[in-house]
Amino acid sequence: MSEPIPAIKKFSDLANPTVFLGLTARIVPFLAVATALLFAVGLYLSFTTEGDYQQGETVRIMYVHVPAAWLSMMCYSIMAASALGTLVWRHPLADVSAKAAAPLGAGFTFLALITGSLWGKPMWGTWWEWDARLTSVFVLFLMYLGLIALMRAFDDPARAARVSAVLILIGFVNIPIIKFSVEWWNTLHQPASVMRMGGSAIDPEFLRPLLVMAAAFTLLFFTLHFLAIRNEIWRRRVSAQRRLAARMANREA
Amino acid sequence: MSHAFYVNLSYAAAVLVVLALTLWTYLDGKAQQRALKELEAAGIRRRSAAHQEEKGQP
Repeated sequence: MSEPIPAIKKFSDLANPTVFLGLTARIVPFLAVATALLFAVGLYLSFTTEGDYQQGETVRIMYVHVPAAWLSMMCYSIMAASALGTLVWRHPLADVSAKAAAPLGAGFTFLALITGSLWGKPMWGTWWEWDARLTSVFVLFLMYLGLIALMRAFDDPARAARVSAVLILIGFVNIPIIKFSVEWWNTLHQPASVMRMGGSAIDPEFLRPLLVMAAAFTLLFFTLHFLAIRNEIWRRRVSAQRRLAARMANREA
Repeated sequence: MSHAFYVNLSYAAAVLVVLALTLWTYLDGKAQQRALKELEAAGIRRRSAAHQEEKGQP
């Protein structure tokens, strides 16, 4: 866009959509390149490191399953923070951020469910089990879909923002349930092994590709989130200008 | 079935989901940009952009 970009002097300046668009144009190329580099290293490590003595080759599924599952929860947490931004501070970009994040969250949750299933079949002997972890993640997926539908069900974006922000915050109760489900209930899913008290329980051979892939997926998420926010800002400008055009046409007629 | 089958299918699913999200974001951006250009060509400007023009600013 050829518009001049106002300078960013304080955090609240980012509430100005034009400032945010300028920032996006500047940082997305760096984010995209870093994402591609991390994926190159991550995929190389994923396929060159050794298999596990029990899981064999299927341990490689973990290098996409675990990052996707982390992102599914991180994305929802970002949406919850955005919902607070909408309801408490009435930040003009907060609900844009929540709306832009929802399809990304749904995509990564879907990936976590699919890859988990593909790991479960050879390792557990079943594609699916209604245990607490799997069920709570499935509920998270359904919540993403419900929120996507709700955010698009209103003509007035301000109303959609308030209603969906309330629902996002109610649904946030599911995030600690997902995280601690493996400790509170006797699940088929194994308990946490990376982020746990007493440090990681994973051999560095597996931890290295896992962390690089997690970083790659996280940067991918932020790249796409920035771009999706930009798209949503443009979409709102388009609809505002169409309304303006309709009003002008009315006046002429 | 061999472990490689499940591993390959998992990575294929990951590639599909990542490509779908990236492509959707890219195409959505293109569509919005096109709509903005069409509106601008039809003489509909953002109020702030129109004000700046009146004031003689770029």
